[in-house]
Amino acid sequence: MSAPTKTHTARSTGNSRITEPAPVRWLLTATALIFLGLFLVLPLAAVFSQAFEKGLEVYLAALREPDTLASVKLTLITAAVAVPLNLVFGVMAAWAIAKFTFPGKNLLITLIDLPFSVSPVISDLIYVLMFGRQGWLGPFLEAHDIKIVFAVPGIILATIFVTFPFIARELIPLMEAQGRDEEEAALVLGANGLQTFFRVTLPNIKWGIIYGVILCNARAMGEFGAVSVVSGHIRGETNTMPLLVEILYNEYQFVSSFAIASLLAMLALITLVAKTILERHLDEGQPLRDD
Amino acid sequence: MNVRKFVTLVAAFSLALATALPAFAADLTLLNVSYDPTRELYADFSNAFSQHWQKTTGQKVTIKQSHGGSGKQARAVIDGLEADVVTLALAYDIDAIQEKGLINPGWQKRLSHNSSPNTSTIVFLVRKGNPKKIKDWDDLIKPGISVITPNPKTSGGARWNYLAAWGYALHQKGGNEAKAKEFVTKLYKNVPVLDSGARGSTNTFVQRGLGDVLLAWENEAFLAINELGPDKFEIVTPPESILAEPPVAVVDKVVDKRGTRKVAEEYLKYLYSPEGQRIAAKHYYRPIDKKVPTKLAKLKLYTIDQAFGGWQKAQKTHFSDGGVFDQITGAAAAK
Repeated sequence: MSAPTKTHTARSTGNSRITEPAPVRWLLTATALIFLGLFLVLPLAAVFSQAFEKGLEVYLAALREPDTLASVKLTLITAAVAVPLNLVFGVMAAWAIAKFTFPGKNLLITLIDLPFSVSPVISDLIYVLMFGRQGWLGPFLEAHDIKIVFAVPGIILATIFVTFPFIARELIPLMEAQGRDEEEAALVLGANGLQTFFRVTLPNIKWGIIYGVILCNARAMGEFGAVSVVSGHIRGETNTMPLLVEILYNEYQFVSSFAIASLLAMLALITLVAKTILERHLDEGQPLRDD
Repeated sequence: MNVRKFVTLVAAFSLALATALPAFAADLTLLNVSYDPTRELYADFSNAFSQHWQKTTGQKVTIKQSHGGSGKQARAVIDGLEADVVTLALAYDIDAIQEKGLINPGWQKRLSHNSSPNTSTIVFLVRKGNPKKIKDWDDLIKPGISVITPNPKTSGGARWNYLAAWGYALHQKGGNEAKAKEFVTKLYKNVPVLDSGARGSTNTFVQRGLGDVLLAWENEAFLAINELGPDKFEIVTPPESILAEPPVAVVDKVVDKRGTRKVAEEYLKYLYSPEGQRIAAKHYYRPIDKKVPTKLAKLKLYTIDQAFGGWQKAQKTHFSDGGVFDQITGAAAAK
């Protein structure tokens, strides 16, 4: 009993000598915790307490509202279209960038990062300028009765745009670190391109992909600014969950508003947990075998 | 699960979704694009209209709604939001849609009362007990009074607020344009924050507790009291104010394309029916049908045509770039 305690004490003193003195460490930790408490935990608690203010019954009733269900459905559809598309694109882009050299590679990396640096509102005004009735493609779209802005396709487009970099950005450093040795070995041993990709590359980046998908999905479901411009705010049709939260709040329907907010908060928590688990796998460097 | 299975699963899932997407129902629907404070009114009215339409034609109609600042909503319709009918805060915003060719000229003559099936006015919402003793427009320009009103550049309600104050000053003894400008300048010096829409301003006053008085649509003021407690606020109806006529119109280009003209026109006409008027009164709008009872206080009302010569003129003089509003807020900022 006493022996491990001693070792432990010895180790922590050893650590403190090469890091900061104890009061500084305590101060830093306390500051970080207070900050987290004020800006993350308290608001989160407030969301849930407001949502359940009038009891579980009212909370569930709020979630069963047709407009709420429609917003959940739209949010799920949007994520279900945007995430797989970005998955395919992200893997392709990362593969091209990490495993090959070609002219314009840096330009491609910059373009992938663009949605991070452009305000979502501006990117969406561009969609309105392109696809809106007064826009470049407006007359063509109207003549063929294709609706893009102020309809579901516009919302999906906007979401794809803002979630575009997540998977590619996650995979590029991972694939660059892994290098091309394994792929080259596979090719030398007679595998063709597709075989190399599915048998060698993909298993190596599996956890990175799932990690990217989780982040991409969280953003796709939670995006507000980007979809706000192109939504048109039609009840039960083009309101995603984040948009409906704002609308209900403005209608003094606080319980309903916070009920949906609580769903989004739960999504965030699930994302966080999944992310932590995955990070463990990624840090170990050894992907878990699943067979 | 191996990798290939995973890829197949994702592909199958996307395919299923792609086939499910066009399966949205093709029932008869109308889209009513409206301004901010009418959410509750049109939710109620659209319900009543659906029943009426089903009774008279046997057809089912679903009315979809979209709400936001009046100017912003007009912009969205111009950019392609497929509204069958627009019910906006002021005629100027519908004129803007007409200018783009979506609504035929002369739309305001198509229905009676300038196509405004109900009216409203601008009143004051104050804190319970009226601690600052605000009774009339005069009281708003006193030093130390904090007034909450939205930005007239983006909000229709805010333009009514502004014009109501201007009209009041004009009607005072010895009132003229210069005196009115001075009055409104003083008023906006007392405004700490300009929200972009009427509902935003109400939230600023009610939820965030800013300001001594909120200039608000009458119905918005009543709604705030009903939703958030009569123990916290009270309404002050000034002796005179502006007659706000929020107009309605069928968007010709959209209804002709979608084949919804008949039901869209009936939707607007039904606003004039006793039932439509009763619902408007219930939501604290002033019905134009004198037989429909209303609980709203009587006051002297002046129209925009009387005081300003119509919306086009008022808009140009006061709210265009470099107009009177820009001049006075510029002056207020320089102080």
